Amino acid sequence: MKYAILAAAVALVLTGCSAPSTDAQPLVLVTHDSFALSDGILDQFTAQTGIPVQVQSAGDAGQLVNTLVLTKDSPLGDVVFGIDNTFASRAVDNGVLADYASKDLTSAEDQYLLPEGQGREQLTPIDNGDVCVNVDHEWFAEHGIAEPVTLDDLIKPEYKDLFVTEAANSSSPGLAFLLATIAKYGDGGWQDYWTKLMANGTKVDAGWSDAYYVDFSGPSSEGDRPIVVSYASSPPFEVPEGATEAPTGALLDTCFRQTEYAGVIAGTKNPAGAQKLVDFLFSTTVQNDIPETMYVYPVNAKATLPDSFVKFAKIAPDPFVVSPADIDENREAWLAEWAAIATP
Amino acid sequence: MGGDRDPVTRIRTAPSTVIATVLGVGLPLAFLGVFFAWPVAAMIGRGFADGLGGFAEVFARPRTVRLIGLTLAQAALASVICVVLGLPVAHVLYRLAFRGRALVRALVILPFVLPTVVVGVAFRTLLRGTPLDGTFAAILLALVFFNIAVVVRTVGSAWEGLDPRQEDAARVLGASPARVFLTITLPRLGPSIAAAASIVFLFCATAFGVVLVLGGTKFGTIETEIYLLTTQFLDLRAASVLSVTQLVIVVALLAVVGRVRGGTQRRAAIARRARRTDAPAIVAAIVVTAALAVPVIALVERSLRTTTGYGFTNYALLAGTGSRNALVVPVWVALGNSLTTAVQATLIAVVVGLAAALVLSRSPRRPIARRALAAFDGALLLPLGVSAVTVGFGFLITLNQPPFDLRSSPVLVPIAQALVALPLVVRTVLPVLRSIDPRLRESAAVLGAAPWRVLRDVDLAVVARPVLAASGFAFAVALGEFGATSFLARPDRPTLPVVIFRLIGLPGGDNFGMALAASVVLAGVTVAVIALVERLRVDTVGAF
Repeated sequence: MKYAILAAAVALVLTGCSAPSTDAQPLVLVTHDSFALSDGILDQFTAQTGIPVQVQSAGDAGQLVNTLVLTKDSPLGDVVFGIDNTFASRAVDNGVLADYASKDLTSAEDQYLLPEGQGREQLTPIDNGDVCVNVDHEWFAEHGIAEPVTLDDLIKPEYKDLFVTEAANSSSPGLAFLLATIAKYGDGGWQDYWTKLMANGTKVDAGWSDAYYVDFSGPSSEGDRPIVVSYASSPPFEVPEGATEAPTGALLDTCFRQTEYAGVIAGTKNPAGAQKLVDFLFSTTVQNDIPETMYVYPVNAKATLPDSFVKFAKIAPDPFVVSPADIDENREAWLAEWAAIATP
Repeated sequence: MGGDRDPVTRIRTAPSTVIATVLGVGLPLAFLGVFFAWPVAAMIGRGFADGLGGFAEVFARPRTVRLIGLTLAQAALASVICVVLGLPVAHVLYRLAFRGRALVRALVILPFVLPTVVVGVAFRTLLRGTPLDGTFAAILLALVFFNIAVVVRTVGSAWEGLDPRQEDAARVLGASPARVFLTITLPRLGPSIAAAASIVFLFCATAFGVVLVLGGTKFGTIETEIYLLTTQFLDLRAASVLSVTQLVIVVALLAVVGRVRGGTQRRAAIARRARRTDAPAIVAAIVVTAALAVPVIALVERSLRTTTGYGFTNYALLAGTGSRNALVVPVWVALGNSLTTAVQATLIAVVVGLAAALVLSRSPRRPIARRALAAFDGALLLPLGVSAVTVGFGFLITLNQPPFDLRSSPVLVPIAQALVALPLVVRTVLPVLRSIDPRLRESAAVLGAAPWRVLRDVDLAVVARPVLAASGFAFAVALGEFGATSFLARPDRPTLPVVIFRLIGLPGGDNFGMALAASVVLAGVTVAVIALVERLRVDTVGAF
């Protein structure tokens, strides 16, 4: 009996080693844990090229890039999707990407390209989303207080104890919001802004779900703070069925834009196939699917948006920008300074 | 024990026994070596590629010292509270007979498998607005909530098998209940209490999500810092320094715990009816169990909330993939994945853990062998004390060459889960094996039983019930495991905790409601499985 169990366990371990048999060697797409596409989308790539795709998750966006760096000598896969502009420099500087940007990019997507020498040659933009301050319209209407509009407003006394955000060192929207304030107030000024923000009763939670579902006063939560750092795509989710207006809204003057990129991993055994997969991620097949599955905007100018996005989601006309190289160089120092102010 | 130089001893060291010992030591060591020691060593090695200068620099940071202090404080306090509150519950659930006992036993383990992120939100919803929100006490509360099951089950299993006649004798002779407990029961429970406390300490010292969610950003631990350093800053040097610090703390703890060992006399105890002297324990157990139930009830209540009142809308939604296709697969499919993976993990943990426990239960005469066994004993607990981030990244940089080219293999998930479950299996089974009177084995051998027969008819027969208990526990742990699983699970085969994490990470009432409903389903399945195991155990009593 014991032998049987033992043999079963050994067999289990051994069979795990062999990959499922297919005609062509599959391409491995390494991505983060928020990656999702509708059923059958990746099959279309296989139908077009004869190459199956295997998706490999590597944690969140930060872990993804670090994983690529750590496994550089023996790459995890052929193509990566999900490197964002806050981590792009690290991937490029560590040489984990091969030179290839999709041949299908046009001038309409120029605004999403990284600067030359900082990823333009290796990374193809796929999607973007704005991290913005969200407000609970219903709360402000009920209390007869005017809604805030800008970052400056958040430190005014009428918004005391009303704002909740996420920690910049443990949350991706939290970091994006910090970067927005750094872009707005400059390298020497953001510390003063944050000191005032904290003095105005700002609450700093560890993660997004905590801030949004516990402390935010929005319709799907029961908190008492009507201002929260979330995504520009959050309001469409709060629209009740049949309603014409979203009960929450994003403040478009407070946004930091996160753009996600795909690239060919250096050392792939199938560079031609990998390039085709990058092109496929940029194609309208994938781009049209992205809003409904990943809640972000496609970058391809030819992509079409679903109705809910057209109606309720807004795009910041002029989001705050910090260059990837600046972020990479200062990340640690900024976060240390930020932690000293915001989490004493 | 042991040490007598009669012919029996010679029979016990027959060649087949040697083979058995080699297998029993070899299998767990090979498993831990490949899937734990090698990846962790490789990861730490990367950090020290430029020498060991990092230590001075990292320890000069005031932050490091503060974090180590906080880690030790919260883990030590939580362990003590878990033991104090867990003992009366263990007594009531494992010594007294009452209707519905199996169900309550299963319910107590429930918090242990709930996803941290969901419990974090449930806890914070309860605490919001109270002075406890965002305090050190809130973290302690949550850590106790999660880990008290370890004490109840580990100590309970040992308590169940304690021969009650000593207590009865003392009682008849006029000793007060408190005195009986302090002078007779407690010392005999010592080894299992030490075992449970050390596991709780390790779980708490490496707690991650709970500390982040409930402590806000004010409190960190070595674990949260390693995560930050590795995933945010790619500062492998500092991360390696902290990983080594973690290891040193764990090894020191194990050395201390190793002093409290020894077997307990056993017999198949029959649970008795409650007496008046049990009243304090019963009251304490009811209070503790009720306190454990509060966050769970809050969770169930919120999962039933709909836009118009109460109903099962959120549960009905589980058949789908969430608001605007939040998920790749329906929640039921994820539950299926979870169950499959957990069964595999349990199988691995029980086979490896039983082999290890059988060897560990022996008391060799040679001091060097005894010391080697003690070291082996400690090694089995190490996976609980090392950061999941270090192990996860370690997997990726080591398991990339045949025959261990497993990085994209689905088998890594059950292996990672088994690593966490393994110490629990060993700790549950070992005290029972140690308590087998060696004379029983010797008599069997003298009467002509072959060593394998002795193993089967003495050790395995006695251990059958604890092994079932351990399997249930391992299964529950595997079912709820999130840290390593999220790192390794294939996106097209997500487990239920991974799906819950994804749902709660998206805005929208439907997704939130589904996350809560899915958590309740996960909890319900776990309780059902554990209750089933309890029932199986009752059946085996007849054969025992």
